[in-house]
Amino acid sequence: MKKIKISSNNILLLITVALFVAMYGAGCIVYGSKGFTHLQTFLNVLINNAGLICVAAGTTCVMLTGGIDISVGSLVAMDCMILAVGIEQKGMSSITLMILILAIGLVFGLVQGYLIAYLQIQPFIATMAGMFFARGMTAVICTEQVSIVSDAFFVGLSNAKINIPFGIGAYTNKKGILQIPYVRPTVIVALLVVVLIYLMLKYTKFGRSIYAVGGNQMSATLMGLNVAKTKMLTYVLASFLCSIGGICYCLNTMCGTTTQAGGYEMDAISSAVIGGTLLTGGVGNVIGTLFGVLINGTISALVKSNGKLNSSWPNIITAVLLCFFIVLQAIFAKIKEAKKA
Amino acid sequence: MDSNIALTMRGICMTFPGVKALDNVDFTLKKGEIRALMGENGAGKSTLIKCLTGVNKFEAGEIHVDGIEGPIINKDTMDAQKKGISTVYQEVNLCPNLSVAENLYIGREPLTKIGTVNRRKMNQMAAQLMKDLDLDIDVTQNLEEYSLALQQMIAIARAVDMESKVLILDEPTSSLDDNEVEKLFGMMRRLRDQGVGIIFVTHFLEQVYAVCDGITVLRNGTLVGEYSVEELPRVKLVAAMMGKDFDDLASIKPEGINDFSKVPLEIEAKGLSHPGTIKPFDLDIHKGEVVGLTGLLGSGRSELARVIYGADKAHTGTLKVDGKEVKIKAPIDAMNLGMGLLPDDRKAEGIIGDMSVRENIVLAMQAKQGMFKKIPMAKQIEIADKFIDMLQIKTASRETLIKQLSGGNQQKVILARWLATEPDFLILDEPTRGIDIGTKTEIQKLVIKLAEEGKSVIFISSEIEEMLRTCNRMAVLRDGMKVGEIGMEEMTQEGVMHAIAGGDHHE
Repeated sequence: MKKIKISSNNILLLITVALFVAMYGAGCIVYGSKGFTHLQTFLNVLINNAGLICVAAGTTCVMLTGGIDISVGSLVAMDCMILAVGIEQKGMSSITLMILILAIGLVFGLVQGYLIAYLQIQPFIATMAGMFFARGMTAVICTEQVSIVSDAFFVGLSNAKINIPFGIGAYTNKKGILQIPYVRPTVIVALLVVVLIYLMLKYTKFGRSIYAVGGNQMSATLMGLNVAKTKMLTYVLASFLCSIGGICYCLNTMCGTTTQAGGYEMDAISSAVIGGTLLTGGVGNVIGTLFGVLINGTISALVKSNGKLNSSWPNIITAVLLCFFIVLQAIFAKIKEAKKA
Repeated sequence: MDSNIALTMRGICMTFPGVKALDNVDFTLKKGEIRALMGENGAGKSTLIKCLTGVNKFEAGEIHVDGIEGPIINKDTMDAQKKGISTVYQEVNLCPNLSVAENLYIGREPLTKIGTVNRRKMNQMAAQLMKDLDLDIDVTQNLEEYSLALQQMIAIARAVDMESKVLILDEPTSSLDDNEVEKLFGMMRRLRDQGVGIIFVTHFLEQVYAVCDGITVLRNGTLVGEYSVEELPRVKLVAAMMGKDFDDLASIKPEGINDFSKVPLEIEAKGLSHPGTIKPFDLDIHKGEVVGLTGLLGSGRSELARVIYGADKAHTGTLKVDGKEVKIKAPIDAMNLGMGLLPDDRKAEGIIGDMSVRENIVLAMQAKQGMFKKIPMAKQIEIADKFIDMLQIKTASRETLIKQLSGGNQQKVILARWLATEPDFLILDEPTRGIDIGTKTEIQKLVIKLAEEGKSVIFISSEIEEMLRTCNRMAVLRDGMKVGEIGMEEMTQEGVMHAIAGGDHHE
């Protein structure tokens, strides 16, 4: 029987999970009458944030190496615009476009990763260039808002409901119609991404190299790991996941505009931090990030349920949470130092 | 190649910009031998090791390793490891955020059939390895949970498990206490008996004689000689390292003044304290006097000095400098009063790695002058050259970045920084830690010379011998309290030990 170790690393994760449960529980009590207790409310949080989950999973990997990727929001916007314009104005098939977008993600990551890993450019600067490039390209492709309506497959995918089996969470509404809770295909994709990235980080050489590089780059080099290659592949992975996230995001919004997904990179980073990933690298995991996204999503849902609060309140609450978590991290770091001395 | 030989290096040459780092150096290591690689700072020890491990590219020469045909050239450390040459560095080069098992096996993890890391097998292998080495460690815990000494031994375990023929230990003991050092030696002996050739780089002479079989001495990038321990006793070793007859270290103290009672006071501290670090103390320091602060590590030696200097603000008490009462709120006040502090943690508090030697030297002087009165370049160059010459700082040029210098030379640059401010009162906190014996002697001589010029010095060192040679008087600290003073006549190794350890007759 393996006992679960409580180290300062997984304490952060535990706190995140506990916070999510507490927050959601509080929502159920306070806004129970507004449907907060329905499973669908929770599933909607997942549906609304499926894209962000994919993106944040990539951001987490990058942050684990001690880097940062601020290009993801713009890349998502560019992906949406390519899909919208491709379908509506060029008459291309959505499947071709999705493959194209995934390929763009790979190339995008390859360029950023090369700059960072081999030319040793600061990740912040290199991905900032990527951020401006993708945002600029979005407007170059089209400055109008383009809604996606004509591709039957894509529209079908967007509206597809996957019902929760066995009647779990089903209820009859006031009009006497049976409501079966459902998720969208994007949620399945997002959860699959989380599981795969979790396994990748834990059980593959590449995954462990990511932790090693983030823990101590010099040591990783001296232990014979290929640091540059690890870093580059991580950025490729992040941009690829970002493209998957972009498609999910687009399936949710069904349009391309120049301004959408603004600040998405910051949402991804804050989710990772709230989920226990250290900005200095080496500590964190993607399950935490999932809960980070869920917490952010729950805050929005709570504010929406309240109905009276200004829509900027989620930002304020996220800010408070971020402070709370970085202070916690700092305290744990101090405790560790004190233990050593 | 002789079957008894683990490693030979022949005629290794290597040049850094402007400096011939290695000139035709030979090195031989037998199987089952612990060989000390000795030399002063800048003698080429690290460079030679780096040539061996592939970090540096050498220009000429050959390296032969047992079991491999023909000369080898390593591309990088991984390549060297594959050829059986493993290195453990002074700083533990492992990842604190990974488990002990992972640190042991990362890069060569056991895999499952589908190509993922077999964590269970890895943990089993790691546990077995720890058991073989007699270490009581839970390999699933993160590395950071363990002490530095254990981390160091885990690093060695990793190196050894690579089935190395040659194990390089580069100053592995500098952060360990005596007990831990002994454990490490036990491990080294066990490996030696298994036939591993060990290269041991250290600054501690006694450790050489405690554990080594042979000694190779380098000086200024050339080979002085390869000896067995028996044929090179301590004094001869030092002489070989320094390349001159050993100064009789005990005699560097001038016969000059021993009675300071008539000399005016430079520093007069009454009841100074800082909460949590040092209880109220009195301390008088005369002009031209060297006062040593002694006590165990953590007894408040550095803290006392920091309060005088204003690095920690004094909570109570008064301080007179040159007879006038002063209030020191921050170090800049102390600097303006003619004080200087050489901190003990030079990496964290001292050097600014990306600035040149010249810039590092004029730094404190510039700070004292104020931000807006830039010292003219000609003056900066003059000052830098003066101190490079005076302290014999080994650097390619005055514009070399300080991080490229060896540790001892960095220490000299920081010393130069404070000397450049022409202080009347200098606090030297462990000025000789981690530097070689030749440079140590030079710094000790310099302290005495400064005192002769009428400057007052607080000298803090863990080495009692060194304090005895340089100080006129010593203050003893214990548990954050000044418990007594030792005058010239009582200053013997034994007397000081007594005072540090406790017992009432000094209080």
